[in-house]
Amino acid sequence: MELVKSITTPVVLDYDYVTGRAQSRFLRGIAEGRILGQRCVECRRVYVPSRGACGRCGVRTEEEIQVADKGTVTTFCIVRVPSENLSFNPPYVCAAVLLDGADIPFNHVLQECALEDVRMGMRVQAVWVERELLGPTMSSIRYFKPIAEPDAAFDTFKEHL
Amino acid sequence: MAERSAVIGIGQTKYDAKRIDVSMPGLLREAALRALEDADLGFADIDAVVIGKAPDMFEGVMMPELFLAEALGGAGKPMIRVHTAGSVGGSTGIVASSLVESGVFERVLCVAFEKQSESNAMWALTVSTPFSVAVVAGAGGYFAPLIRAYIRRSGAPEDTGIRVALKDRQNALKNPYAHVKIPDITFDQVMNSPMLWDPIRYLETCPSSDGACAMIFASERAAAKAPGKPAWVHATAMRSEPTMFAGRDQVNPLAARMNAKDLYAKARITNPRAEIDCAEIYVPFSWFEPMWLESMGFAEEGSGWKMTYEGATALDGDLPVNMSGGVLSSNPIGASGLIRFAEAAMQVRGQAGGHQVDGVHKALGHAYGGGSQYFSTYIVADHKP
Amino acid sequence: MRDVAIVSFAQSAKAREIRNEIEILMPVVQEAVRNSKLPRQEIGFTCSGSSDYLQGQSFAFVGALDAVGAWPPIKESHVEMDGAWALYEAWIKIQTGDVDSALVYSFGKSSPGDLPEILALQLDPYTMTPLWPDADSLAALQARAFLEATGKSERDLAQVVARSRRDAVGNPHAVVSGAVDVEKLLAEPHYRSPLRAHDLPPITDGASAMVVVAGERARKLCERPVWIRGFDHRIEPLGLGLRDLARSASTEIAGQKAGVHKGKVDFAELHAPYAHQELILRAALGLGENVTINPSGGALASHPLMVAGLIRIGEAATRIMARRGDRAVAHATQGPCLQQNLVCVLEGD
Repeated sequence: MELVKSITTPVVLDYDYVTGRAQSRFLRGIAEGRILGQRCVECRRVYVPSRGACGRCGVRTEEEIQVADKGTVTTFCIVRVPSENLSFNPPYVCAAVLLDGADIPFNHVLQECALEDVRMGMRVQAVWVERELLGPTMSSIRYFKPIAEPDAAFDTFKEHL
Repeated sequence: MAERSAVIGIGQTKYDAKRIDVSMPGLLREAALRALEDADLGFADIDAVVIGKAPDMFEGVMMPELFLAEALGGAGKPMIRVHTAGSVGGSTGIVASSLVESGVFERVLCVAFEKQSESNAMWALTVSTPFSVAVVAGAGGYFAPLIRAYIRRSGAPEDTGIRVALKDRQNALKNPYAHVKIPDITFDQVMNSPMLWDPIRYLETCPSSDGACAMIFASERAAAKAPGKPAWVHATAMRSEPTMFAGRDQVNPLAARMNAKDLYAKARITNPRAEIDCAEIYVPFSWFEPMWLESMGFAEEGSGWKMTYEGATALDGDLPVNMSGGVLSSNPIGASGLIRFAEAAMQVRGQAGGHQVDGVHKALGHAYGGGSQYFSTYIVADHKP
Repeated sequence: MRDVAIVSFAQSAKAREIRNEIEILMPVVQEAVRNSKLPRQEIGFTCSGSSDYLQGQSFAFVGALDAVGAWPPIKESHVEMDGAWALYEAWIKIQTGDVDSALVYSFGKSSPGDLPEILALQLDPYTMTPLWPDADSLAALQARAFLEATGKSERDLAQVVARSRRDAVGNPHAVVSGAVDVEKLLAEPHYRSPLRAHDLPPITDGASAMVVVAGERARKLCERPVWIRGFDHRIEPLGLGLRDLARSASTEIAGQKAGVHKGKVDFAELHAPYAHQELILRAALGLGENVTINPSGGALASHPLMVAGLIRIGEAATRIMARRGDRAVAHATQGPCLQQNLVCVLEGD
């Protein structure tokens, strides 16, 4: 008699994902080609994407601010290892982008540049999907690409590292 | 005030990519029985059980401690399940010690584990949500940019990480429980291994392992009856900070620094580099060694890499780090923090065999988790505090 | 043992929230902290309870730190359990002398997923989960065993439901309440025999938070602080065939260790998600017919998973603070069919 060594139990669970108010507003802005942040009432810093709360102060973020869709690469890494749930094929650059007007960087992909040219301080611009394909999802921004502006000085973004 | 607490039993499983030779209960019992044997106790002698592990998606079981408690002799006893992300192993030890320090319990068994081969670890780490785009490729993808920022801030030579990996992997060869063992490993081998998330190479990265680690914490009275040398808990510390807020320093987090300050103040340590004999620090990617050496106050900010370079953290250095081979060699995510605590206690008790450092009186165990935001640490010594 | 008292409590519960967990939690934490009269920075320890699988995300509790003001960095921990156990960890921490006060919170939304199906994962993965027994069916198994062992009837269950719903009318956080006739309840069809739909807990989204303080300080912060006089919890084997489902052995032990009968019990808040479980728990704690059970309406009126246990403790404390009782028992449970149970004895000055 052969012993049972393992069993496989497929698990499929469906959840309704609720974005919450802040993220909902952010995504509706994205659907209009706008990037919205929210300002903390206490420390005045602008969070992008807006999440409804300032972790530093433990209070809600309310005031809505539109930030530019271009900014500075504060740091980055080059992803070479493939993984199931990634949206891009390696190798690609995952960069932390500090948009002009925002006080916190967020992660996105850099394309249209050679891997070796990527550097901290690089200026980049969002590349959106075609107007008619815009929707309330982060994939409305296809990626960021470098623009012909001088690199930002280290001091201007070092506190965001 | 706190009762004294001491480690009187330690047990580890062999760590491996897939422990298909045991079920989950079997895995935990392997560690628990070794710890009990080490302390010359049976399950009946234990007053409470603490179980720690990382997200339940790693095994595909919701709150597995509910079905596992019985296998650990937990029926009829208090059982607590701790979950503080990657630092959970450390937090598990701290909660167990607290149960003794509170004066409520005499002997507490804690087990931290992960049998992540049962599910899909990469998926479990970043279950994607609607409306978002998956760009951050796993833990390495999250930490690589921070490491790049550290290199920029400190001016550390680019091969610092390789040296850490080489040291930890050489140490692992002396640890019978370690998962990844590469005999005759060389600097070039590490350097030439594939780059995964620049600047992190394959051999500078932790593996995905199955495993469990068990420890028994006891009161002063119970420790007096234990056969081996107790490792006395001199201090424990926990600190957390939020993941993302404007201006957050993730390279040298304030939570890490405050944790260290609190820990040393409680342990009455004023010069950690001189007073601590060795340390087991949570280094899942090589560069975290110099980074954590700085935030733990062993080196000045920006100079942690020098300790690595000078050989200070080698097995024969003046502050050996990760004598066991560390997280780089074995990484059952939920257990890794407790393994650091266990290995530190083993050094104090003279149980570390091939990777034992001579003359250890005081050792530090360290765990971190989340986006470098949760820190759990402790100090054990061969004498009462 | 240090004397530890509850000085404030806040909760939120709704059948289906459009807010996410952080948005639900933040005002609840702020209310509890504000009512404690302690500045946030002075609270020594923070501990929370929640479940990743409930939320469908790994590390679900991490985002909650944004809601609680964890800057400058705080001493903080988390259990993958009902908030009642987070309170226990905080109480232990205070006993060690490391801290003198704590903020405890828990949160969970049951509406996004199919809760009874999710809870099928909370079982032995080798022998039970592959059969996908949902939580309601398991509870029904226990109900059947209980009725046959004790001679209690479905009418007894309906009476628990009717009383709970009636009492819930006075509870602003109840999601199910109202006067209802026992005969009408019994006329409803079975859902999972012998249970009817109204014998089950309502799907609820919610959060709760509590501040506890050690020693004399509690009296300066709160007009009538509620002292934790006894605190214990125990677990049984998960396997249904390994225990007597008609009684709750772990609750019996926890009740004894917590000293339930060291004084008069004015009322009890028992975490009984299913109607028959209230009868099991009442017996396990030796509470006579004269003891009021669940004046809040209990879990049958509002049941945010991972939160409901802490809410029982909070509801009991609130009632004592309002001088509508002096000494009470609060209970929390988790795991299938009352597998793990916690008992907390509370008393006002």
